Amino acid sequence: MVPEVGHYALILALALSVALTVLPLVGAQIGNQLLMHTSRSLATGFFVFVAIAFACLVIAFIQDDFSVSYVAGHSNSLMPVYYKISAVWGGHEGSLLLWILMLSGWTLAIAHLSKSLPLSLRAQVLAVMGFVGVGFLLFILLTSNPFDRLLPLAPQEGADLNPLLQDFGLIVHPPVLYMGYVGFAVSFAFAIAALLSGRLDSAWTRWARPWTNTAWAFLTIGIALGSWWAYYELGWGGWWFWDPVENASFLPWLVGTALIHSLAVTEKRGLFKSWTLLLAIFTFALSLLGTFLVRSGVLTSVHAFANDPERGVFILMFLLVVVGGSLTLYAFRAPVVHKSVRFSLVSRETFLLANNILLITIMVTVLIGTLYPLIADALNWGKVSVGPPFFNVFFVPLMGFLCLLMAPGVSSSWKRTSWQQLRQLLTRPLVVSVAAGALFPAVYGDEYHWEVALAVFIGVWIVSAGVSDLLYRLRHSRHWRDGLRRLTLSYWGMQLAHAGIAVTTIGVCLNSAYSDLRDVRMAPGETVQTSHYEFVLEGVEQVRGPNYVAQEATIRVSHDGEYVRHMKPQKRRYLAGGNMMTEVALDPGLFRDLYIAMGEPLGDDAWAIRVHVKPFVRWIWLGAIFMALGGGLAVADKRYRKLAQRQAEAAEPSLTGEART
Amino acid sequence: MHPVRRQRLLLVLFIVVFSSVAIGLMAYALRANINLFYPPSQIVSGEAPVNTRIRAGGCVRPGSVERSKTTLETRFSLTDGVVDFPVVYSGILPDLFAEGEAAVVNGSLNKERVFVATEVLAKHDEEYMPPEVAEAMSQSGGDHDETCGGMAYGS
Repeated sequence: MVPEVGHYALILALALSVALTVLPLVGAQIGNQLLMHTSRSLATGFFVFVAIAFACLVIAFIQDDFSVSYVAGHSNSLMPVYYKISAVWGGHEGSLLLWILMLSGWTLAIAHLSKSLPLSLRAQVLAVMGFVGVGFLLFILLTSNPFDRLLPLAPQEGADLNPLLQDFGLIVHPPVLYMGYVGFAVSFAFAIAALLSGRLDSAWTRWARPWTNTAWAFLTIGIALGSWWAYYELGWGGWWFWDPVENASFLPWLVGTALIHSLAVTEKRGLFKSWTLLLAIFTFALSLLGTFLVRSGVLTSVHAFANDPERGVFILMFLLVVVGGSLTLYAFRAPVVHKSVRFSLVSRETFLLANNILLITIMVTVLIGTLYPLIADALNWGKVSVGPPFFNVFFVPLMGFLCLLMAPGVSSSWKRTSWQQLRQLLTRPLVVSVAAGALFPAVYGDEYHWEVALAVFIGVWIVSAGVSDLLYRLRHSRHWRDGLRRLTLSYWGMQLAHAGIAVTTIGVCLNSAYSDLRDVRMAPGETVQTSHYEFVLEGVEQVRGPNYVAQEATIRVSHDGEYVRHMKPQKRRYLAGGNMMTEVALDPGLFRDLYIAMGEPLGDDAWAIRVHVKPFVRWIWLGAIFMALGGGLAVADKRYRKLAQRQAEAAEPSLTGEART
Repeated sequence: MHPVRRQRLLLVLFIVVFSSVAIGLMAYALRANINLFYPPSQIVSGEAPVNTRIRAGGCVRPGSVERSKTTLETRFSLTDGVVDFPVVYSGILPDLFAEGEAAVVNGSLNKERVFVATEVLAKHDEEYMPPEVAEAMSQSGGDHDETCGGMAYGS
């Protein structure tokens, strides 16, 4: 009964989203207030019915209703209840439903949080959200219904969830990542609404910016969570593989980062308007492309499910409709502004332009590397895969250059910046960062690494230039506390996010330079000695978990002869599917991680064991947390609400007046 | 020339030069860093190049996995059901690596035409089959389930 209710709720949600697409849009076109006002309640209804459907699927999982095909394929009565709930999005159908739930959640949030938005703009934005909803609801109902039954021959027991997914990572990673992915649908909706209404002023950017920043912050955290999860769960010890699906989430992040910077220029200076719209469209298009890559199974990847190509074709068609439609609209309606707003060569505009160009170039190289196997296959050039070296060749230097430009970008002013100002602001940071970069590798570690010197230089350069800019802004205040109070939250957000980039850069580089990675054969009593750590395998014994049995190794770790702790990696065999799984033992720390994973038994009580010492690996994700917090601070800036309010009040009468004539 | 036109011409020239340099670099990098996939039949017939990074795949032939007594070195054969070739790998094998199951290897062929793998990828869940392997199987006559599955129980 419950699954049927869910199915029915999905169909109702489809009907509502069709209405949400059509009615407000028509209303905005003919200036009918009544029709425009339907958008808010339709958006609420859309969310409510999707939420009901989602709840029904959750109930089916909790109740072990194996007559539902999707539940039977992805759950098992032995699983703990929290994994049963997260198993809802452990497969294709359910994760699609989660996608739609997020979409309807964002739609609901726009409907109720943006009271300051002019009625017609809100109607159009919600209609675009509704349109995206129609596409995905059709997709789920026509090709991948999670409520399909296996009747009359319902299995007694489920096939179990892939053990890799029975983990805390599955509980948090997909929802947060999807929040980000789908959040860019809001930026997209704002862009389309701007094209439809021809309204693209600084008020528009002030409405669009907080939404975009929120989505970007979620996506940042989502990607970082995925990387962290892969690190401790896959047991290879890596945190980024340039896997097609990782790239799929990284592409919208790159363009999204360009978008939030371009939006800043559009808001402050009224420049880059068409470019901003284009970026908003592309960010969402890349989110869709990511969904296509993951869902169609066209690429070999750790995320690929066994999928039928029909689904891929459906998303590809939808992608074409969305991209084709919005680009056509863009071609006809893009603001043809020849504003006489000029900026000189050395100005913040120029640095932000460089930021955009670099980010887009990086995105294009990653996109080509990701799609090349598909293209080569389609053109019969053979089956190929593109390895990490390709991505690194472009990504590392371009990203390094981008980081170098970050400091002068922050220190420069809008419109025009004198060399003198840059010199005054950046001389001291330059000295400090060069010194820090040159000294660090000499003090830390046994060998001098040039790349480490460079990374530390870049990291300190960004942070010290930020500090220098902060001091510069406080120079006129009588007391530094007054000055601090005058700084806006979005300024702090920018500083924090940039510091996050510095932290991540340092983490990535130091980790790759100083990691000590050993794959060894170990029998009980044997020792592995790294430069400072000693690992002794004391023994391996069998232990039992709720739905698995495991071989657990006990390894004694000491640092320069001093006892640190015992670490216990496991090799699990899950009872339901018979799958083998590696459970990594971690000793996390701010400056180093110890990482031990068991390989296979080699006979004579010996095991293949992976022993890694990974300095600074936590910094990679710590930086991402900084970035996301920075995004959050920028959203919290009160100027968006105040100014938006004032502008809406000014805009509303004129708009309705326009509509009446 | 009119200054505005000259400016535009310069801009166009800049874009053309910049993008061709970018495309050239990228084509070069792709050429150096892509791994072409070879099915077992092409490796056995000698079509696959020696000492070049390539990718290969097939089913792990049951009974072919041999482990060294002192190191992490493992030897096994990959097959498409008709022909097979030897692989040597030193390192930790993935969890789902097993006899009679599909695997993909990255590495290169040495002079003795033994595949020296630097990376071994196994399927990561019950149903999943790497697309390249699936195709290599179907080209050699049998579909995956018959080739891999039959071996697991038959031999």
